[in-house]
Amino acid sequence: MSEIRNYTLNFGPQHPAAHGVLRLILELDGEVVERADPHIGFLHRGTEKLAESRTWLQSVPYMDRLDYMATMCNEHVYCLAVEKLLGIEVPERAQYIRVMFDEITRVLNHLVLIGSHAFDIGAMTMILYAFRERADLLDVYEAVSGARWHPAYYRPGGVYRDLPDSMPKYKPNRFKSESQLKQLNAAREGSMLDFLEDFFERFPKCCDDYETLLTENRIWKQRTVGIGVVSPERALAMGFSGPMLRGSGIAWDLRRKQPYEVYDRLDFDIPVGKNGDCYDRYLCRMEEMRQSTRIIRQCIDWLRKNPGSVITDNHKIAPPKREKVKSDMEELIHHFKLFSEGFHVPEGEVYATIEHPKGEFGVYAISDGANKPYRIRLRSAGFVHLAAMDEMARGHMIADVVALMGTLDVVFGDVDR
Amino acid sequence: MNAKLERLSQILQIVFGGRLRSLTENLGEITVEVGAEDYLEVVRTLRDHAELRFEQLMDICGVDYSAYGNGETTCKPGRRFATVLHLLSLEHNWRLRVRAFSPNNDFPVLDSVCGLWASANWQEREAFDLVGIMYSGHTDLRRILTDYGFVGHPLRKDFPVSGYTEVRYDTEAGRVVYQPVTIEPRENAPRIVREAGYGEIGHV
Repeated sequence: MSEIRNYTLNFGPQHPAAHGVLRLILELDGEVVERADPHIGFLHRGTEKLAESRTWLQSVPYMDRLDYMATMCNEHVYCLAVEKLLGIEVPERAQYIRVMFDEITRVLNHLVLIGSHAFDIGAMTMILYAFRERADLLDVYEAVSGARWHPAYYRPGGVYRDLPDSMPKYKPNRFKSESQLKQLNAAREGSMLDFLEDFFERFPKCCDDYETLLTENRIWKQRTVGIGVVSPERALAMGFSGPMLRGSGIAWDLRRKQPYEVYDRLDFDIPVGKNGDCYDRYLCRMEEMRQSTRIIRQCIDWLRKNPGSVITDNHKIAPPKREKVKSDMEELIHHFKLFSEGFHVPEGEVYATIEHPKGEFGVYAISDGANKPYRIRLRSAGFVHLAAMDEMARGHMIADVVALMGTLDVVFGDVDR
Repeated sequence: MNAKLERLSQILQIVFGGRLRSLTENLGEITVEVGAEDYLEVVRTLRDHAELRFEQLMDICGVDYSAYGNGETTCKPGRRFATVLHLLSLEHNWRLRVRAFSPNNDFPVLDSVCGLWASANWQEREAFDLVGIMYSGHTDLRRILTDYGFVGHPLRKDFPVSGYTEVRYDTEAGRVVYQPVTIEPRENAPRIVREAGYGEIGHV
């Protein structure tokens, strides 16, 4: 009998299914994974160290670069931490805007996730459908902040500016006729809220389309049902949060259990899985997109009826209006001090967290009273989830590792920080 | 302090008594500090005690306190390197922060909590990598985020932001080489600690 030994396989760091720069050392017995050792850090930029040498305000755009699939949620946690330390109130309208954009971000994140997850295990069409809807929502990002990927829209004390009255439109070119343009721009004639309302009118139908492609699809079920099963006890021990925890049957959602902003006034449900496998987690995420649609609709209604300020009027923290800076000496000084020295945050420490699309994203900030953080610690869900890769992959076939990568929902900006 | 935090702090005081070096409540969060020798036992009780039940370890964070405050080094022996744990109880829906300082400033060691929560594994590796705290009892204490063969612990306060080495592609050698860093350190806005209550913001 010939001697058969385990062999190791190097997966990544440049692999299309690695969702970024993951190097995975797989120890294999035939095609069965005996041990998986993820090597991370290829995208480590030292965000925590950089934040120590920037003023509190300057770190906001760095947060976008963490989980670049759910940018606004990262900013949100950071702003919450700073606000908690400063002890300032955020205007109600800004809270609704934040909740609305958090949910838009959740939809954006889940679209990429489900699209690329399905693409990784063989369903090509999904990614095209998902990115079609994603492009529309990115236009909303662009309308509100000027950037499609890294908005830096949330600021300590509120949001940067109020919702715009117009949407960017398609411009004529030699590939698009007048009538096509008219059709494309039909929903973009009104304000941003009109566009969003129209989008979330048709979005549930898009979700139905995705489900017809995947939910009862035999191949999809063969690849995901019973793969990467995590028991509720193990999910807790491994520090899971978000859809990864709910997929294992634990009804835990920070939006409900530890409500922040205005979530306690909104009506929505929390989907919970049963078996804790990749399929249940997929179903949870699918349902979360529908629930986000409900939340966004409620926010749109409220925002239409209640105009008001969107950032705190404490000019020690938020800049004064441009016209005021030009005419008022005191406001000019405020503006200058704010953007040169920055605001000082009282001594203390705080851990702020929200229900990020990927799980619990936390910012632990220590201030010693300076204009810069003493220490910023970023607790990312992706890092913790990826740590469970070894345990989840053991005993599965090598092809299932790709399914696990998808379901873990890792983004390397977030894992490596 | 709301009723829930009040209850948590009472339970903590009854269960641990003198083993807590301090118990503080600030901004709606409770922080306890424990000595390195009690650390493992205390967190084990936090996890298992029926009235506490911290089933989840959310975060482990290493902190270097050597540059805290207005320039002067407040770094007494055994007060430089802290490990901060953020625990969450789903059953009681409360959070707790646990801080433990390593006794030796030159060679910081603390017990590992890997045996209590599986999620501690990578988080302790990260604290070791970036801050340089050793966790005794950890089975696999390798670097995790920095480069293969990296020297130093970047989140220590004496480590410069631009680091010590940089990489470039050497056309003659035909490979990527390491060389001493060539960027000048630069600080646009200096770090200033003002008197308490400056600008009339905060909880004063």
